Amino acid sequence: MMWRFEQFADNTALVSEDGSEVSYAALQSESDKLAAAVGSRCLVFMFCRNEKGSLLGYVSFLNNRIVPLMLNAEIDREMLNVLLTSYKPDFLWVPFDMAGKLPEYTSVYSVWGYTLLKTPNNGETELYDELALLLTTSGSTGSPKFVRQSYGNIRANTESIVQYLELGATERSITTMPMSYTYGLSIINSHLWVGASIILSSKTMMQKEFWKQFKYNGATSFGGVPYIYEMLDKLRFYRMDLPKLRTITQAGGKLSLELHKKFAGYAEQTNRRFVVMYGQTEATARMSYLPWEYAVSKAGSIGIVIPGGEFTLTDDNGSIITEGNITGELVYTGKNVTLGYAESVEELNKGDENRGVLHTGDIAKRDSEGFYYIVGRKKRFLKLFGNRVNLDDVERMLQQAGFECACGGIDDRLVIYLTDQEKTSEAKALISAKMGLNPSAFTTIPIKEIPRNESGKVLYSKLEELYG
Amino acid sequence: MTNLEKYTQIFTETFGISAEVAASLEYQQIQEWDSVGHMSMIATLENVFEIMLDTDDIIDFSSFEKGKEILKKYDVEV
Repeated sequence: MMWRFEQFADNTALVSEDGSEVSYAALQSESDKLAAAVGSRCLVFMFCRNEKGSLLGYVSFLNNRIVPLMLNAEIDREMLNVLLTSYKPDFLWVPFDMAGKLPEYTSVYSVWGYTLLKTPNNGETELYDELALLLTTSGSTGSPKFVRQSYGNIRANTESIVQYLELGATERSITTMPMSYTYGLSIINSHLWVGASIILSSKTMMQKEFWKQFKYNGATSFGGVPYIYEMLDKLRFYRMDLPKLRTITQAGGKLSLELHKKFAGYAEQTNRRFVVMYGQTEATARMSYLPWEYAVSKAGSIGIVIPGGEFTLTDDNGSIITEGNITGELVYTGKNVTLGYAESVEELNKGDENRGVLHTGDIAKRDSEGFYYIVGRKKRFLKLFGNRVNLDDVERMLQQAGFECACGGIDDRLVIYLTDQEKTSEAKALISAKMGLNPSAFTTIPIKEIPRNESGKVLYSKLEELYG
Repeated sequence: MTNLEKYTQIFTETFGISAEVAASLEYQQIQEWDSVGHMSMIATLENVFEIMLDTDDIIDFSSFEKGKEILKKYDVEV
């Protein structure tokens, strides 16, 4: 059992867009019924939306040892087919309006705008005993690679978050990110842990309905990835009248120093808390946080390790760096380090491959007072709107579709270097559709040929030099 | 170029669509006009017409048509 809802029976767990509320007692009883409809431990594809039916499925599955694989409900159909073939789930938990698009499956149970569809697969999947949940590493990239999270991982990370954010039952957090995304999910996990309320919104911050809902329901907190903070800045958030707001958190990539300072200053002046955090799906969600008291004085830092975790910095030979202000790879140790990856159903019986140690791939340094700063990356990846995207995966995806290309760029601006000038808009359209991200995240640059060394390896630094 | 041409061009260029599609476009109707697209469209609009939209108008800007109404408040007749 992940959450103990009975201790908060009368508290409000969920607030929907229409203002209706669901108590913890109601969530508990509906959760039991849904679990009974599923029957026993098996794999279920969850089509996530920030709606109560979606939340119900998630908590019911986790509390009853049913393993959800989390997908954005708006997933590309072709990608869904790949995943259905790779993972052979027993059931799908989908919104009503999507069930019609999946006529090959039979609906066996429906509640709160969601329905349970039965597939022809019947409990043949071998699931590792501690496996709780499957999450994509990068939001919605076109890869079948998922992170395997255990019950122990989720419990450990949730307890840490509750402790350092000092969460209690009076919190009312409004959703700003998909629940198939690790950061959005960690907010849900931690708030349900303490009997707090989650205000469910499918709207974006660029819609007035979102802000109406925010004010009407008295939201006390929200979280955001860097581009959400850019939006807030553009909306002149600092002048908004949000009397109940107490805490804002930031993760999912490095916020510009300018914006960090602006929001830290805003929080200080208005007696609110601004908490910058750092994490990865591979660490369930969180690894570090910058205590709000230091938001101004340590701007640009990812802070200190979360309760129960440990950071070390290692040099190129893997030796631990003990002096301050020396850069090295950031290595995290803790109970929230996930089991490993899976790329197909056959890998769901795998045990713990990481054994509590995560090499983050991020290059960091520690100042004399013990605060950490990310200064670069070891691996070829970048963040697009909070989603970690492996550049080699994107390259492979495009190459398989027949484009000769190489990828580079910076956060929120992935550059595709293409040898075929005619195909630039085609490549852009394909990649943004596959990944479900706004095309503005991708820039295409036509080049004559891809620079390579003698052994055929792409010279990325040369690309950036020539065209960056 | 007339204001309508300028206004339409902001949509066609930001979202990579035709003028016909733009004319009846609503927020989130196409993948390109999501919150990220909205932010860059508003920024371009502010540059082109040399105005600064209020927060309430940015979040009320829910369609091509609605945008025309909003611009009137800033003395931009489209």
